Amino acid sequence: MPTSFGERIIYILERYGMSFLRGAGVTMAIALVSTFIGCIIGFLVGIVQTIPAERSKNPVRWFFLGVIRIILNIYVEVFRGTPMMAQAMFIYFGSAALFGINMSMWFAAFFIVSINTGAYMAETVRGGILSVDIGQTEGAKAIGMTHFQTMINVVFPQALRNIMPQIGNNLIINIKDTCVLSIIGTVELFYTTKGIAGALYTYFEAFAVAMGIYFVLTFTCSRLLRLWEDKMDGPANYDLATTDTLTHTSGLYSIGKKNIVGNLNKDSRDGGR
Amino acid sequence: MDRHILEVVHLSKNFGTNVVLKDIDFSVNQGDVICIIGSSGSGKSTLLRCINLLEDPTSGDIKYKQKSILGSRFSQSAYRSKVGMVFQGFNLFNNMTVIENCMVGVTKISKKNKDEARKISEYYLNKVGMLPYINAKPHQLSGGQKQRAAIARALSMNPDVLLFDEPTSALDPQMVQEVLTVMRNLAKDGLTMIVVTHEMAFARDVSNRVVFMSNGIICEDGTPDAIFKHPKNQRTREFLERFRSDTNL
Repeated sequence: MPTSFGERIIYILERYGMSFLRGAGVTMAIALVSTFIGCIIGFLVGIVQTIPAERSKNPVRWFFLGVIRIILNIYVEVFRGTPMMAQAMFIYFGSAALFGINMSMWFAAFFIVSINTGAYMAETVRGGILSVDIGQTEGAKAIGMTHFQTMINVVFPQALRNIMPQIGNNLIINIKDTCVLSIIGTVELFYTTKGIAGALYTYFEAFAVAMGIYFVLTFTCSRLLRLWEDKMDGPANYDLATTDTLTHTSGLYSIGKKNIVGNLNKDSRDGGR
Repeated sequence: MDRHILEVVHLSKNFGTNVVLKDIDFSVNQGDVICIIGSSGSGKSTLLRCINLLEDPTSGDIKYKQKSILGSRFSQSAYRSKVGMVFQGFNLFNNMTVIENCMVGVTKISKKNKDEARKISEYYLNKVGMLPYINAKPHQLSGGQKQRAAIARALSMNPDVLLFDEPTSALDPQMVQEVLTVMRNLAKDGLTMIVVTHEMAFARDVSNRVVFMSNGIICEDGTPDAIFKHPKNQRTREFLERFRSDTNL
C-alpha cells in the first residue's frame, strides 16, 4: 500500500476502478429511471389535482374526484414528510414481513425512489399548471378545445417547460440520494465505496474518489439539462416567410382595403398582385 | 324575416353579491356588426364572456340558432368553435409558432388533415397580413401582430360569429390602426361580429348597430347614426359628451 494520498488514490483506482464504475452505473440507472417514473407519477397526480369540478354541475364527478384527491394528498404528504431511508427500510422489510412479498433489490430501489420523486413532483406539476396564464386556457376554450385538449396541447407543454429546472433538481437530488438505498443492500456507488474503503482501510481516499464521481455525474446532468431547456425554447430567431407575401403586408397599410378584400376568393399562394 | 343567429334572453350575471349584468335582452342577426360601447365596469366584457360561456350566466338564457346553449346536452366546445373570440390580451399559445396557433384548432377540432389546415391557416394569415411571420413565436411579435395572428386563429375555425373583447385596448395608436383595418375588412366580407370597444370612430363607421351599456344594463340600442347623432338616453349623451371633449369625434 503506497503512503502518499495521491498514490493511494491511483492504487485504489487501479484495483477497484471497475467497481466504482459499476457502482456509478447503478446509481445513474436508479436515478434516471426513478426520476422518469416519478415525473410520470407526479404528472398524473398533478393533473387529477387540477381537474375542474363543480359540485353544482356534476355532483357524482365532484364526489369521486374529491375522494381520489384526498387519497393522493395522503400519499404526497406521507412520502414528502418521512425520510427516504426510513421508507426504504419500511417498504423493503415490511413488504416481506406483512405480505410475504420478496422484493428484488432492483425493484425495491426503483419503487422507493420513484414513489418519493412522484410525491415531490406532484406538487411541482400542480404549481407548473397553475403558473400557466389563465388566458392560455381561455384562448384554447374559445376555439372550441375541450378541457383535455387544452391540457394536452396548450397547458402541459408550457407547464413542462416551466418546471424543467425543478425536474433537473430532482434528478440531481436522486443521484445523490440513491446512497440511502445502501441500507437495504443496493450495490450502488456509496455501498461500493464503503466496501472498498473497508477492504483497504482507506476511507479518506475511497470517499474522495466517490465524491469526485458524484460531482461529475451531477454536474454533467445539470449541464445536459440546461442544453435540453435551451432546445425546448426553440430558436431565438425566425425567418420571414419571404415568398410573394411581403407585398401583401405592405399592401395592408397603404391600399389594404382594396387589396385584401380583392384577394378573398383567391388562393393565398397565387399572388394576387 | 332574418332569423336571429344569437339571442340573449333575460340574461343576468352576479359575482357573489355584485350584480354585473341585469336582465339583458339582445339579439344578433347574420351579418350584423355590433359594437358594444360604455364605460369600464359597465358589463360589456362580461356580456361577451357569457356569450362565449367563459362565464356562467346566473340566470336567463342564450340561444344559438334557436337552441339554448346552456342545456346540459349542448356541446359547449362545438359551440365555441363556431363562435370565436378575440381577446384584449391576445392569448396566443406561447408554446406554438404563429402558424401552429392557427393550425391546432383546425386539426384537433375541425379534424382536417395537416395540409388542409396549413392551407386554411395560411389563407387567413395572409388576409390579416401575417403570412411573413408564420414561423415566429408570439413573444417575438409586436402587440398589433399578435392581435392580427389571434384574429387569424379565430378565423381559421370558420366561425359564424366572432366576438372581440376590446381587441385594441392594449395597443399603441399605430397598432390600433393595423388591427382596426383588419376588422374593417372582415366586416366588409360580411362576417357577423360583436365588438366591445372604446374606438368610437370604428363603432360609428363600421358597425350597423351600436349598443350602449351602463351599470349592467343596455341603455340604448340602435343604428350608429341614432346613437351618435341623436342619443335618447341621458347616460348615453353624457358618455358621448365626455368622449367628444377628449377626441374630435
